Amino acid sequence: MKTTIATLALAGSLASALVAIATPAAAEDAKEKCYGIAMKGQNDCAAGPGTTCAGTSKIDYQKNAFKLVPKGTCMSMKTPDGHGMLEQGAAPA
Amino acid sequence: MSAATQNAFAVGLFDMTPPPAGLTAWNAAVPERRYGVYRNNVSSSLTGALASRFPATETIVGPEFFGAMAQAFIRLHPPHSPLLLAYGDDFPDFIADFEPAAELAYLPDVMRLEVARGKAYHAADVTSIDPQALAAVAPARLGSLVFAPHPSLSILSSFHPMVTIWAMNSGHQPLAIIEGWHGEDALIARPAMIVEVVPLAPGGATFFRQLAAGTVLAGAAEAAIRADARFDVTTNLATLLRSGAFTTFSQENTDEDRDHA
Amino acid sequence: MIASTLPRRAGIGFKPEHFVDILAAPQPIGFFEVHAENYMGAGGPPHAQLGRLREDYALSIHGVGLSIGSMQPLDRDHLSRLKTLCDRYQPESFSEHLAWSTHDSVFLNDLLPLPYTEATLAQVVDHVEQVQATLGRQMLLENPATYLLFQESTIEETDFLAEVARRTGCGLLLDVNNVFVAATNHNLDPYDYIARFPLEAVREIHLSGHSETVDDLGAPLLIDSHDTPVKDPVWALYETVIGRIGPIASLVEWDNDVPAWPVLRAEAGAAQDILDAATRQRAA
Repeated sequence: MKTTIATLALAGSLASALVAIATPAAAEDAKEKCYGIAMKGQNDCAAGPGTTCAGTSKIDYQKNAFKLVPKGTCMSMKTPDGHGMLEQGAAPA
Repeated sequence: MSAATQNAFAVGLFDMTPPPAGLTAWNAAVPERRYGVYRNNVSSSLTGALASRFPATETIVGPEFFGAMAQAFIRLHPPHSPLLLAYGDDFPDFIADFEPAAELAYLPDVMRLEVARGKAYHAADVTSIDPQALAAVAPARLGSLVFAPHPSLSILSSFHPMVTIWAMNSGHQPLAIIEGWHGEDALIARPAMIVEVVPLAPGGATFFRQLAAGTVLAGAAEAAIRADARFDVTTNLATLLRSGAFTTFSQENTDEDRDHA
Repeated sequence: MIASTLPRRAGIGFKPEHFVDILAAPQPIGFFEVHAENYMGAGGPPHAQLGRLREDYALSIHGVGLSIGSMQPLDRDHLSRLKTLCDRYQPESFSEHLAWSTHDSVFLNDLLPLPYTEATLAQVVDHVEQVQATLGRQMLLENPATYLLFQESTIEETDFLAEVARRTGCGLLLDVNNVFVAATNHNLDPYDYIARFPLEAVREIHLSGHSETVDDLGAPLLIDSHDTPVKDPVWALYETVIGRIGPIASLVEWDNDVPAWPVLRAEAGAAQDILDAATRQRAA
């Protein structure tokens, strides 16, 4: 097999990597370690919130889609163009 | 119930047309609001299933906008299995073309990260490589080792600070100003019970993709260097071992094609 | 065929967010119930947690996606996944709903109603038999919460369920909240429904909360929302049922706006008090 990565370099890197990972990781909570962190299941058998008005509608959706704007986290980013509060942080061109 | 009645009942759930014929109530011949309960249940339960798979995405855009995105997706891509734990794998691709979310160019990549986390969460439980087993391999053979990817492994690349944005919107990192704008790559795996999101150093995404596809170690490292001259073998080998992203390694093209657990 | 054998005590619908609290101390809980579909991944925390719970508690696996009331054939892949799950955890009970949720290949994720006719009865009987034959165990069939009726229905729901149980040997899961919700929605007396119900086939009871709205004409319309404590009239109806049939496995379900563990445990405690009172009364 033809390689340009020297065997010695790989072996040296592996030795360094083994040293690097030998640092003990932060102590984990024992229960989390054994059973993970709760993630909600997707299937259940309850009815939705008690209204009949949230039913989907093609007409409503189209209206909503153009009216709605994202209203969650206001991501603040330093872009190559300078520091700015970007409303919902558009990526720089 | 004829199949036709059931068909009409099902089809009407996604429309705002009057309820299908054949329904009734004790006090009304056309139980519009009563049928609407089922419409609402379908819509809100599927939206809820998506929200529980994309919690950071919902935080980023807010519940109202997320609901609108979800309903648009559900209408065109309803689930085809009762296993909702896998529903929404193609939601990020849908949002990449969803005009009202176009200004959030980073959003599809953050969503892909959440898909990868969900897959890792439910993936099979397999033991990762013991670093000491790799340490025992003769130096001359290291270059021709091939590695088997952990079933939970995904490798993602983004032109956006995907990992940082996800971490800030999932409680893993405080919200702060993002210094500069640069792409981020990540490896997602669950070697034990906790899903790990590991940011990758330059060239790392290429390196791990090559390894996961069965390229020998030396070949994967060369491809990574070609992809990004800053690629550092030591850093990425440390990530390989620490992340638990691979389950076994073996020698390619030799008589002694032994597996090491 | 393995019979359904849940302990005659109060149980709780398991939510992963309560796992750490549950493990912190032995809980006075007769059994836990889980939704089958949430445990059909290959591995990970869901199986680690369920496996751990199974060491200490009886288990009920409750399917929410089999679509037994569908006019089309059952999804064989899904049935086979259910078998894998039951074989792995050997639950004391497996149950599903008198409802449908899949149409063509689309999963609608709601428990949709069906008319009660000779044709739908034959179809449901076929499906229940297929489930029991595949799983090698008796299943329980749950009465639905419904919001409307079908003009073509010719059989009372209670008679329909009695006939399915008689023909297939399945047990019944009596959801007392569903009885109250559906009776209110159809302007009927829930106690009359209970009087007509084939109580001898009941192997488990469900209790949960509901919410209230109105229909097109302003009449009360109750929604099976599982997001509140069990309402007083549902407790009263439950006491009547327990008075009739004696102590039986009774599950508290809470799926939306899930409260802290102690709140849920207190709800199960209230059910257990009613079961204990019935035990004392029978002994006296």
